[in-house]
Amino acid sequence: MNRRTVRRIKNSAFLTLSLIATLAGLASLAALLWTLISHGIAGLSWTLFTQMTPPPGSAGGLLNALYGSAVMTLLGILIGSPIGVLAGTYLSEYGHDSKLSTAVRFINDVLLSAPSIIIGLFIYEIVVVRMGHFSAIAGALSLAILAIPITLRTTEDMLKLVPSGMKDSSAALGAYPWRTTLSVLYPAARSGIVTGLLLAVARISGETAPLLFTALNNQFWSSDLNAPMANLPVVIFQFAQSPYKDWQQLAWAGALIITVTILILSISARVFLALLQARGGGGAGR
Amino acid sequence: MAIIDPRHAAKQLVYERVFRSATLAAAILVLLILGGVVVSLLHGSWPALSHFGLSFVTREVWNPVTDKFGALAAIYGTVVTSLIAMAIAVPVGFGIALFLTEMCPPMLKRPIGVAVELLAAVPSIIFGIWGLFVLAPILQRYVQPWLIDHAGPIPGIGTLFKGPPFGIGILTAGFVLAIMVLPFIAATVRDVFDTVPAMLKESGYGLGATKWEVIWNVVVPHSRAGIVGGIMLGLGRALGETMAVTFVIGNAHRISSSLLAPGTTISSAIANEFTEAVGELYTSSLIALGLLLFIITFSVIAAAQAMLRRLERRALSSV
Repeated sequence: MNRRTVRRIKNSAFLTLSLIATLAGLASLAALLWTLISHGIAGLSWTLFTQMTPPPGSAGGLLNALYGSAVMTLLGILIGSPIGVLAGTYLSEYGHDSKLSTAVRFINDVLLSAPSIIIGLFIYEIVVVRMGHFSAIAGALSLAILAIPITLRTTEDMLKLVPSGMKDSSAALGAYPWRTTLSVLYPAARSGIVTGLLLAVARISGETAPLLFTALNNQFWSSDLNAPMANLPVVIFQFAQSPYKDWQQLAWAGALIITVTILILSISARVFLALLQARGGGGAGR
Repeated sequence: MAIIDPRHAAKQLVYERVFRSATLAAAILVLLILGGVVVSLLHGSWPALSHFGLSFVTREVWNPVTDKFGALAAIYGTVVTSLIAMAIAVPVGFGIALFLTEMCPPMLKRPIGVAVELLAAVPSIIFGIWGLFVLAPILQRYVQPWLIDHAGPIPGIGTLFKGPPFGIGILTAGFVLAIMVLPFIAATVRDVFDTVPAMLKESGYGLGATKWEVIWNVVVPHSRAGIVGGIMLGLGRALGETMAVTFVIGNAHRISSSLLAPGTTISSAIANEFTEAVGELYTSSLIALGLLLFIITFSVIAAAQAMLRRLERRALSSV
């Protein structure tokens, strides 16, 4: 075998391996979705949305858990995203490359990939221990902390994409930066910021670890923010590990609901972003 | 036409100050959150750390009945499961990135890229029940017996594959983690590959290099810092991953020489035991585990960010 053949064989071998790797990645996504659908679909029924989580050995639904998840996710976004958007605005419009901005960017990136269970411990220490009991508000706060880094990052990136000509025109009309930001930059970057919000909702609605010891769980209906509240991820966690068939079935149904919701959110976030880029975000430059 | 009303101008200035302060406060809050995390973890873990001292990280014992706690088994489990995950996810993620940037037909580039990214959006707990009900039985029935029969007798590494096939355990946790960190590694490496100037690659092809030679001798050296950064970002994820591991690790606070045996990790120990922990020392020991996890992941993520940032700056200056 001459050198050229060896090189050609080596080339095709590695390219085939990378094709196999891609197929393996896609296959694991397909396997995961297939399992969820095949196990979860049997549990889908209207009672899921009309009944509470049952005691072991009897039928029931997930109403209180769905409600709790929705409430805490919404509260988490309502608390977290304004902070993220404002901080992102600071980095892009005021701080630029100052020492503070560099530090905030760095810490934000660390928070973005920090283990969520640590955020749970943090909220446990500063909220649950102080209040003396688990509560929905503690759960919402830990979700809010997880939402901040995502919204901050996307807001900064999206504001930077706004053509500087628009900013300059506004300044030339005598507008202060706050007016420019509110009336020119935010509207121009709206789809991008909404993308960030959707991604943040997708991220926090499936979070389990930080809720385990902040919101805990609740077998019954509760809309009291000052009391433990049921939520879908923790219910799935407990029910899936139980020996009861009814509970396991509910866990699979819950898992299917949560995954489909999150995938829809993530896909629509991407669609939003694609729309933004199609409208000319790309050609504008810096 | 326009007459500047001094009252109006003054009001504008006030609004400007308020808005600027609000954005500044939000930015500082991000720093305060991280500071708060450190302080609260230190505060919460103080009883355990002052009671056990350095032996907390060097002892394997974890006994709530006698109030003796050591983190060694959890640290071992965390590191070993993450290493297994990286051993699988790095080559596969590298392959996916390679496929997407160099081989993929342009039409498929986006759909496949999105599919891989969607894998990253699936919540941890879903991987957990999938691992417990689907992956663990498959490993128990097919993969682990094979490993015991074929890798077990090999001297040296054989001890890693001894004992009965439980299905759940360190190896299974490593497998699940591999699938979870795969999209992060693939996406980061792909983005890094994309920054390699086309001219460099074309020069390689012009010299008669094959695709693989261009990738290995041009693309990889050019993006080394980014690749390492992406791998470490994945490692940071794997180290801190909680729910998926909790399902399949078996929660046993001991160090076994076999990868097939149940074990525990820092995060899964906290998730499993925190709400049931009674007594100050038990709770505090779990928070001390959290502090250890924070220190480990913080260093890994910070190093990864520093590398990716350096690369970003270089990319900007070379354009």
